[in-house]
Amino acid sequence: MNTLFDKIWDSHVVQVIPDGPTQLYIDRLYGHEVTTPQAFDTLRDKGIKTFRPDHVVAMPDHNTPSDQQEVINDPIGRKQVETLANNCAEFGIKHFAMGTKDNGIIHVVGPEKGLSLPGMTIVCGDSHTSTHGAVGALAMGIGTSEVAEVLASECILQSKPKSMRINIEGELQKGVTAKDVALYIMAKLTTSGATGYAVEYAGSTIRNMSMEGRLTLSNLSIEMGSRAGIIAPDETTFAYLKGREYAPKGADWDKAVAYWKTLKSDDNAVFDKEVSIDAADIKPRITYGTNPGAGIAIDETIPTLDGLSDTEKVQLTTQLDYMQFKPGQKLEGTPVDYCFLGACTNGRIEDFRAFASIVKGKKKSPNVVAWLVPGSWLVRQQIIDEGIDKILEESGFELRLPSCSSCLAMNPDKVPAGKLSISTSNRNFVGRQGPGARTVLASPLVVAASAITGVITDPRKMM
Amino acid sequence: MANKKFNIIKSTCIPIAIDNNNTDNIIPARYLAFTTRDPKFYGDAFMHDLRYDANNNPVPDFVMNKPEFSEAPHEGVHEIIVGGQNWGSGSSREHAAWAIAGYGVRVVISSSFADIHRNNLLNCFVLPVIVSREFQLELFDSIAKDPQTIVTVDLPNQTVTNEATGHSEKFDINGYKKHCLVNGLDDIDYLLTQKDKTEAFEQTMKKY
Repeated sequence: MNTLFDKIWDSHVVQVIPDGPTQLYIDRLYGHEVTTPQAFDTLRDKGIKTFRPDHVVAMPDHNTPSDQQEVINDPIGRKQVETLANNCAEFGIKHFAMGTKDNGIIHVVGPEKGLSLPGMTIVCGDSHTSTHGAVGALAMGIGTSEVAEVLASECILQSKPKSMRINIEGELQKGVTAKDVALYIMAKLTTSGATGYAVEYAGSTIRNMSMEGRLTLSNLSIEMGSRAGIIAPDETTFAYLKGREYAPKGADWDKAVAYWKTLKSDDNAVFDKEVSIDAADIKPRITYGTNPGAGIAIDETIPTLDGLSDTEKVQLTTQLDYMQFKPGQKLEGTPVDYCFLGACTNGRIEDFRAFASIVKGKKKSPNVVAWLVPGSWLVRQQIIDEGIDKILEESGFELRLPSCSSCLAMNPDKVPAGKLSISTSNRNFVGRQGPGARTVLASPLVVAASAITGVITDPRKMM
Repeated sequence: MANKKFNIIKSTCIPIAIDNNNTDNIIPARYLAFTTRDPKFYGDAFMHDLRYDANNNPVPDFVMNKPEFSEAPHEGVHEIIVGGQNWGSGSSREHAAWAIAGYGVRVVISSSFADIHRNNLLNCFVLPVIVSREFQLELFDSIAKDPQTIVTVDLPNQTVTNEATGHSEKFDINGYKKHCLVNGLDDIDYLLTQKDKTEAFEQTMKKY
């Protein structure tokens, strides 16, 4: 009768505080430079050590530059990255330093190194921790106070969320990726549609989706308010994890897989909410506003003000004023200034393969600046091993170094004020890619097609 | 966070009627690169890019810069924010809660909060109060008519009252967290007292 979420949650309950939250045991804490310094300060204030240092893995990713990684020129960012390294040394925590082959964006590195495994509870001071749910883990973003709690006690206090299952059935159409599926669901449910819930993604579309696609989908769960986006582990998951650096080996692997196979929602499990989606309804998507739920199919027009309440009119107008778009406008064909492929959403090998499939044999538009940023050094190596770097180079693109890059304007890759960026990242908030920057979210295919033409382009026309 | 203990807050409010006011709005990412814990630093950055233009001049139209709402919070004045729906969505950055606390705000009232931000507020001893949409809209209306409108948030009794209309609502908070707020206690201190239970639990966990 239990959902997958129940099974993992229940197996990690240390105690339920009377008239209070649950004390939940945490198997894996990831740390990055931005949301940990003050947590380590708390431990120092209290004179305590890391309770289970072997559960913790940390790496810098937000401040790391993508053009060179010899030095961080910004003294503030440099200090933050150095602080992480020093804290990890002081508190006995595994640290993947900038510029080493282990480094990358936490949400790319964790799964690809086999550090995120089915059945685990995983937390990080980062809302996109939901990503790791794709391997069948209960993975949630937390705040810095909670990071300190996990460092100090390996536990957090949480109230159990409600359960929602999103069933997606059928085959995805040509040119439609996991990113489009996520943008479609967000537009349907809104950015707060899953607040208070933990989401499970299920259905034939998910079962047929690659691990990279699932990671993209789970990554974006937080953009509709859900802290977790979990997918039952299956043969795709096991094949992805097998042989990964930190995944179980030999007899341990066999035991692990036997357990992981039990991690699925029971046939008669009851969810607080169920949503059904037909994969055939999904087209390549783009956003037009300043929240990720404000999106349309690429061949549709921006909604008009007709039939909206006064509040809704103000909301839409405010967003469109910032974006310099008009109600009812068609965005296909709009000139773009910046193209970004990367981030914890779309910085994996499959995303680079997709991008290369569009740009192969064509030339980058001279009117756009393109940042192609692998999510990790492992991804970057695979790009080179597969010869994708050559395809990109011949088309006039440069492959950069692993970093969060242009996702959130904490490193040199900032989009200037007023410029329009088409981006595979996860948030189109006001100023997200730089103060005054305007962001359209899209899949790697849409970004690739737009990078060639210099205008927002439907990739199906180039496939 | 000098004053961590909660009882009854009776104060005028700052109305920030922005729906989906995400944590990137509450504090832009560039303020996240600092390692300080100075409340004033984060308080000064609260809603920065809406409060100030590109040249760091106050944006006169923004609510926090209007004469009737610009006074920095202190006892009885502007200790309460009335926010739009889905307050604090997006990034998990606790810096957003530090900004609100650092500015001097004790309570945020909204009809809905994003989950992570709500926990962060509680951990920073800022009380998130969830009210009905009707109550929220009436509050905005009362404050628009009279910026001196007083709201009373009574944590022990879990009630919030719009003193302009006399309308009152109950709000939810679990007994554990209420106890923490009333007594100024941190979750981390509680968890440290539970280590025996945690270690006993670890012995029962199966390795696959």
